[in-house]
Amino acid sequence: MWSLSNIAANIDLWLNEQVGATWAVVLEMVIAGVAVIGLFATLGLVLVIMERKVSAWMQIRLGPNRVGPKGMFQSLADTLKLLVKEGMTPGGADKLLFNVAPFVAMIVAMLLLAPLAFAKDFQLWDLNIGVLYISAVSSISVISILMAGWASNNKYSLLGAMRSGAQIVSYELSAGLAVLAIVVLTGSLRISDIIQAQENGWWLFKGHIPAIIAFIIFIIAVTAETNRAPFDMAEAESELTAGFHTEYSGMKFALFFLAEYANVFIVCAIGATLFLGGWMPFHIGNWTAFNGVMDWIPSSIWFFGKTFALIFLIMWFRWTFPRLRIDQLLNLEWKYLLPISMFNLLLVTLIAIMGWHF
Amino acid sequence: MFLKKYIQDIWGAVKSLATGMKRTGYYFTHHKEIITQQYPDNRDTLVLPERFKGEVVMIHDENNEHACTGCTACELACPNATIKIITKFDVDAETGKKKKAIDTFVYHLELCTMCNLCVEACPTGAIKMAQTFEHSVFDRSQLTKTLNKPGSKIRAGVE
Amino acid sequence: MFEEVGTTTEGDLIINMGPQHPATHGVLHLVVTLNGETIKNVEPHLGYIHRSIEKMCESLTYRQFIYVTSRMDYLSAHINNHACAMCVEKGLQLEVPPRAQVIRVLMDELTRIASHELWWGAMAMDLGAFTPFFHAFRERESINDIMEETCGARLTMNYMVPGGVMHDLHPNFQRRVKDFLQLYKSKVHEYDEMVTGNVIFQNRMKGVGIISAEDAISYGCTGPVARGSGVSCDVRKHYPYEIYDKLQFDEILETGCDSFARYMVRVREMNQSISIIEQLIDNIPEGDFQAKTKAVLKLPKGEFYSKAETARGELGVYIVSEGGTTPYRIKFRSPGFSNLSILNRMAKGGKIGDLIAAMGTLDLVIPDIDR
Repeated sequence: MWSLSNIAANIDLWLNEQVGATWAVVLEMVIAGVAVIGLFATLGLVLVIMERKVSAWMQIRLGPNRVGPKGMFQSLADTLKLLVKEGMTPGGADKLLFNVAPFVAMIVAMLLLAPLAFAKDFQLWDLNIGVLYISAVSSISVISILMAGWASNNKYSLLGAMRSGAQIVSYELSAGLAVLAIVVLTGSLRISDIIQAQENGWWLFKGHIPAIIAFIIFIIAVTAETNRAPFDMAEAESELTAGFHTEYSGMKFALFFLAEYANVFIVCAIGATLFLGGWMPFHIGNWTAFNGVMDWIPSSIWFFGKTFALIFLIMWFRWTFPRLRIDQLLNLEWKYLLPISMFNLLLVTLIAIMGWHF
Repeated sequence: MFLKKYIQDIWGAVKSLATGMKRTGYYFTHHKEIITQQYPDNRDTLVLPERFKGEVVMIHDENNEHACTGCTACELACPNATIKIITKFDVDAETGKKKKAIDTFVYHLELCTMCNLCVEACPTGAIKMAQTFEHSVFDRSQLTKTLNKPGSKIRAGVE
Repeated sequence: MFEEVGTTTEGDLIINMGPQHPATHGVLHLVVTLNGETIKNVEPHLGYIHRSIEKMCESLTYRQFIYVTSRMDYLSAHINNHACAMCVEKGLQLEVPPRAQVIRVLMDELTRIASHELWWGAMAMDLGAFTPFFHAFRERESINDIMEETCGARLTMNYMVPGGVMHDLHPNFQRRVKDFLQLYKSKVHEYDEMVTGNVIFQNRMKGVGIISAEDAISYGCTGPVARGSGVSCDVRKHYPYEIYDKLQFDEILETGCDSFARYMVRVREMNQSISIIEQLIDNIPEGDFQAKTKAVLKLPKGEFYSKAETARGELGVYIVSEGGTTPYRIKFRSPGFSNLSILNRMAKGGKIGDLIAAMGTLDLVIPDIDR
């Protein structure tokens, strides 16, 4: 059967025959790097046009409709425009930090791709502390925002960066606790183990109500962590014009923009992996025929389908809700989400110890 | 008691958010509600309201005749000096009498605010508002227009 | 009562909000002194869109100057024109035909709804929700279409002339207004679903931007800003003009004094305007739409003042005439200017987000403040 893992295995085999084991590893790394960059570029284009269409339809508009069929090439045209635009560096800016910040944002997003399983047996790096790695690396993303905000020499940028710092540090906690619930249920930090444990049902369904609560908290927390509305404190265009990227233009701005969408994709992919079984098809108990049909759909389709469903959910939030105030945002985390997720973790642990989950 | 209020708060909050999401979700799935009006490329079938104030034009009939007597009522009524009427004296061929008539009816579209006061002031109904809406040009001088067509003259009987 | 302009101390962050800023709805320049996120002082700087309309009007005749006032508060352009026309009529002692009075009131209320619709969308957008803006424009567009058909323009209509209105109503007017009423009634519950009932919105609005009733009076606030603090100040009720004294409608008063109270005043006011339109739309009397006037209007020597309730509050028009064809002096008392003056008092001590919410509920139109 056609699958991504077969292709990867064939390439590996062919390279090993042609150039030997050492060079094969080097070439494979290059291929993986190019694939990641290609994936990011495609994701940027797809997610931008998706967001624009989703927002347009929710706002009873048509959305982009001039470039290409139904405006589908609009984001491509926008990218071209951003590429040829001059990347300004403001006079009083800290030039090094200002120019490095967008790349830091991108690199963090790229690093996060490593442990994700895009399809059955198709993973860049199946390390044994996958979940820990993800929460560790994702907290670096705040550095890029702080760098951008500080180096811009702009008060709006600084305010946005400081808000973002307070916000991401707070919401890391409840996101981490929500992820921990799944780790407790699985008993492993390895991504492939977590997916394997959901072979007979996704954790969202197997873990009773605590898993659902953990899922909801996870979605809220990652929405905040990726600076998406209603938690877009760092940008808050009606308050801080554009927050930390006020002074950025051209491709440097585009990299921030791309990193935001890449981060959205990654956190949704993590959510899909942990709670919705990653590439695991949807199985119901012992309905063999139904399960057979589900197995027939390629695993990469399952993964991307689940991820995009979660991305749509996050976009749906963005185009419905007003923004919170900064103190309300922190209240929500420390007075509601954190106590609930701590209590929830206890419940999950109880369920895991007693073996009450399916 | 505190716990009950705490849970009630959360429940109420989630419910209100879900109501909003239901509304946007409805519009996301019901594309017939879309209200976007596209740029009027359908110039042949486009119908604008007859009172739409686009620009001042002078009404000419098929004989290239208009009804403007050059009384400058519109020029006086205009708040922005948009209209400038240059008059001349036609000499009647038969009687040899001099008669006042317009030479050029200068209209500065760049100054016009489409207030319709000139049309209201005109005693003979010689000018009206046209339903044009694309006024952008490359040079400002193109916005200064002469409203009476070349060779046109006043319709007989209009005083 | 009026506190001094706050002093800046070491360590304060001063940001210039505007003149180009998404939340100031125009070219308002706020010098905001911040201590972290907390606002210490807000100082509005005006003058970026000053066109000296008052001075301009002095060189225009009584027929001409009315159109300029559309450019003050462009969202209630019609009501501005109305106030000016009333002042000229007061000087001429001109009787406006009943049909013209009804048309004027109908148009005023449609304008009020359109203005509040735009405010509602912009308010939600200030708080970060984009979708309601477009939903509000659906209703607003249908009002604009009605205006375009009858007045010939969508925003700056210039439909008023001294003694009546410029054109008669369009034959489609009644049908289209009824269509609009139906559309509005089928969609009005969405406002509550999407914004009013939303828990984030309520938390952003409740208890912030407090204006006490005393402050509202002493700062000269009018319109929904004062009525949100329980100050009864509706010109249509207290000094009824045209046919407002014969109509059944309530003056909306809220006693919350906060941003949410002012929000509710405007939302409920839209429903009152709808009820006024419903009372009038089938009862438009026949007759002239314009009183007979001389070609050149000359006001007698003297001073004339008239006021009208715009969507933002009380608009006063004061004309000093020397007996000529142009006014000797014109003064507009614009509601936005007085309403803006209280911004510092209501935003002080809040967060930046509160300032934006408070400014949104003032419903500022900057050309109205600067003139």
